[in-house]
Amino acid sequence: MTERREMPIKKGQGWKTLPHGGIIPEGGTAEHFMTGDWRTNRPIHHRDRCIDCMQCWAYCPDMAIIVEDGKVVGIDLEHCKGCGLCVAVCPPKVVALTLTTEAEAKKND
Amino acid sequence: MSEVKEMAAKQERQALTGNEAMALAMRQIEPDVVAAYPITPQTEIVQIFSTYVADGLVNTEYVPVESEHSAMSAVVGSAAAGARSMTATSANGLALMWEILYIASGTRLPIVMPVVNRALSGPINIHCDHSDTMGARDSGWIQIFSENAQEAYDNMFQAIRIAEHPDVLLPAMVTTDGFIISHGMEIVNTLDDKTIKDFLGTYKIPRNLLDVDNPITVGPLALQDFYFETKVAQADAMMKAKPVILEIAEEYEKLSGRKYSFFEEYRLDDADVAIVVLGSTAGTAKVVVDNLRKEGIKAGLLKLRVFRPFPYEELKEALKHVDVIGVLDRSDSFASLGGPVFSELRAAMYDMETRPLVTNYVYGLGGRDIDLHMIEQAYRELLEIKETGKVDQYVNYLGVRE
Ligand code: SF4
Ligand code: SF4
Repeated sequence: MTERREMPIKKGQGWKTLPHGGIIPEGGTAEHFMTGDWRTNRPIHHRDRCIDCMQCWAYCPDMAIIVEDGKVVGIDLEHCKGCGLCVAVCPPKVVALTLTTEAEAKKND
Repeated sequence: MSEVKEMAAKQERQALTGNEAMALAMRQIEPDVVAAYPITPQTEIVQIFSTYVADGLVNTEYVPVESEHSAMSAVVGSAAAGARSMTATSANGLALMWEILYIASGTRLPIVMPVVNRALSGPINIHCDHSDTMGARDSGWIQIFSENAQEAYDNMFQAIRIAEHPDVLLPAMVTTDGFIISHGMEIVNTLDDKTIKDFLGTYKIPRNLLDVDNPITVGPLALQDFYFETKVAQADAMMKAKPVILEIAEEYEKLSGRKYSFFEEYRLDDADVAIVVLGSTAGTAKVVVDNLRKEGIKAGLLKLRVFRPFPYEELKEALKHVDVIGVLDRSDSFASLGGPVFSELRAAMYDMETRPLVTNYVYGLGGRDIDLHMIEQAYRELLEIKETGKVDQYVNYLGVRE
């Protein structure tokens, strides 16, 4: 997990100092919200089968595919919502991503 | 004052309908984006404006959309992207915008919109009353009413400056009475393009979506943790609009020679009885005031121009010496305590030490004509109340058959 930036809006901040109209004066602040706990299904990445085609990385709506030096090294489970898109787009001859239930996956955590 | 007269002399006198005056104002404003959908009696404004676009007189991106909901949505997007954005509507069109009205004000986007007041259906009706914008009185939009085409023209430019002021950043509606003003031809003194351009300056909001170096998120979720703060900031901005409205009116007076404020007082100084009214009916009522004055009756008038922000302190001050006030409402609240202007004004006066007696006249619904006779009848009733010291009925319907 890369180091998180500071959130531009602070918990407990009053109306006098908040930006106008509910605007968040910065992009990419979704990283501050741990949407991983919404998950009921969990994608499992199999490094040994992966060909690093980056389909999963391109399609993941939550930017939860972790890539280092051009290689998929894992899934950011703090943000992955378990939608299964990555599993669906992983080439059928490769199947480097599989989907399991969160309950099942937790047994091995 | 001589300077003011000199400036005023440079103006062109034109015969224009209210819609033509507002379309002309839009040409001179030359917004970056106009998204619009036609609806009677507003249609002409955007239709005339579209010919300006087609003739290359303005450099505006004109988006003909499929509904008013889309029109307001499109200008929310373009205003957030940093473009001066306008649309126009009436009645049911405004009703269809409802959801997005709150998004525009909640997101603090200074969109300016002419609204040609028309009765809401049903039964279906295309003529004037104020039920459309009165329904939107809590949507967080500034609301400026116009008595005639001249005021409609002048209010448009001032609305742009008020809405875009850094202390305000709120959307604004400029209204005219459907058909009565929108389609009635009058003499309008117009300013030249350069004077208007200099007065308006360029559109600037603190943050915009197209500033790629400073990315922002517009319209995110704000739940129990932040929504309330956003709304209080919005209410505060509305209050801050008050000094801005006066400041800009003063600046505009220097250009035009025409004076504006929250309201206009007509022979009110020493009045015993007074009528409070919005829009074109004020013109008719002024004639009645003059006639009654000739009889020695101390009648006065207060024409409210700015309904949001509601200038309650100033209204109290202006009306405190009056014995009896009749508030004319061109919309009904159906068994609330009177129409919106009445109930708000009456509430504002509650904590005054000696307060005027107040009664309400709901009139002109669906464009029902209001003539000198009816207004005179109302004044005479106010005089009766002054005699008896008693208001028997809060809500009176003026000009309806029983
Ligand atoms: S399951 Fe969905 S959210 Fe999770 S990594 Fe795959 S595509 Fe992204
Ligand atoms: S889609 Fe499959 S093969 Fe391609 S990078 Fe992702 S996990 Fe690897």
